[in-house]
Amino acid sequence: MELYSVAEIIDAARRTGREFWEIVLDADIEERQVTREESISKMRGVWRAMLTSFEEYDPERRSMSGLAGGDGAKMRSFCENGSPLSGEYIQNVIAVALSVGESNACMRKIVAAPTAGACGVLPAVLVPLYRGGRASEDDIIHGLYTSAGIGAVISSRASISGAYGGCQAEIGSASAMSAGALVTVSGGGGEAVGHAAAMALKNLLGLVCDPVAGLVEVPCVKRNVVGAVNAVSCADMALAGIESRIPVDEVIDCMGEVGLRIPHELRETAMGGLAATPTGKKVAETLKPEI
Amino acid sequence: MTDIFDILGPVMIGPSSSHTAGAVRIGLIGRTLLEGEPKHAKIGLFGSFAETGRGHGTDRAIVAGLLGFQPDFEGIPRSFEIAGERGLEFEFYTAYLRDAHPNTALLDIVSFDGETLSMTAASTGGGRIRVEKIDGIDVSFTGEENTLIVRHRDVRGRVADIAGVISATGINIADMSLCRAARGGDALEVIETDQRVPSSVREKIEGLDGILRVSYCEKKA
Repeated sequence: MELYSVAEIIDAARRTGREFWEIVLDADIEERQVTREESISKMRGVWRAMLTSFEEYDPERRSMSGLAGGDGAKMRSFCENGSPLSGEYIQNVIAVALSVGESNACMRKIVAAPTAGACGVLPAVLVPLYRGGRASEDDIIHGLYTSAGIGAVISSRASISGAYGGCQAEIGSASAMSAGALVTVSGGGGEAVGHAAAMALKNLLGLVCDPVAGLVEVPCVKRNVVGAVNAVSCADMALAGIESRIPVDEVIDCMGEVGLRIPHELRETAMGGLAATPTGKKVAETLKPEI
Repeated sequence: MTDIFDILGPVMIGPSSSHTAGAVRIGLIGRTLLEGEPKHAKIGLFGSFAETGRGHGTDRAIVAGLLGFQPDFEGIPRSFEIAGERGLEFEFYTAYLRDAHPNTALLDIVSFDGETLSMTAASTGGGRIRVEKIDGIDVSFTGEENTLIVRHRDVRGRVADIAGVISATGINIADMSLCRAARGGDALEVIETDQRVPSSVREKIEGLDGILRVSYCEKKA
């Protein structure tokens, strides 16, 4: 089937007595004309690349501009030696989101999910579950199919590009994808996947894309944290039986419409928002192209 | 339908799918169409590529692509040094274009064998690209399919001859467009096929009367 509606995926799962993620897997098998094993093996490769993007984090690295790097290690150290407010899982979520976001800014290998700027969100919620022994590799892979299904629907109904729809289209989409993935990994059904994704996207509606000096560094790295933590809270709400009052496909359409109404200055052009603050402008000035 | 591995992917060197991964692909397709090891490259950056390209490693990414590396090659940040070792000289300039995509690069490349290529390509998002001009002739293709680029003199019957050679081998043409600079001048044909085009077929096309050059980029598995 076409991945054009989250509600249709949920219906298809209910009708056939299968899981949400399996409907997405079947859609991939049909679309790319591959076997089940080939598809799963490719997804396993994606997961291992995500895991590696965290494990190879180097706290000494700095980005081209010098603005990004080292915060993942700072957070990790605080978790180990300080007294963080959040519990163990959320502490790790924050540290992984920062680490992978920084690795991206420092030109290390990452998985765009759905974009490079939002590459820290999915690993942030999944890596701590996997490393903590709370989810097997197969559980994680099932979660990734769920997230890909949600992302594919967002991409076809709205957009996953900051230039088109602002940060809500990148971090917002990554957050919705992650919330859905977490529900699947935790054993929740299709309905809960839909509610989790809807709530996550709703919470980040209208978020603008305003990168300082046009670089994927400030505020992008830390917005990976908000996307991830938001995903966890929405997944927990959905697993608790809390529902989104607005159906998920309507939320996605709404995100697309809001994106079109975000002014050009706030859609990746580095002309507004944080990029246009006195400090943001000063940073841009010192990074004037030498070419 | 959206490929779910475009949503979870590509696996790439950061920081930006358009400014880094797409830039590598632009360099790569330039190298593929040049069909030889590049010796010299003049690289123009336009729009956001010019404004923020350095901070995104766009310059290093294009050079990495010209050297034949993929978007997930860990050595992209060191591509200038690798270029030095391989004898590739390059220079950058800021290009000014009208009505171009904001992430556009212009490549003028010369190979060690003396082949030349002038190409304009845009990075259209998510690491995908579109070639928009080859040697002054407007074209439009992404390199995501098996793509044959045939340069020939603009004379009657040539298009039919080329299509004939391809069809005779059982290869299905998915898309075909004829582009030319001026009536009676050189023409350029872009042919996307469902199946791979073996070198024997390319050689047969090269053997036809009036064919100037045949280049080919193959769909990734």
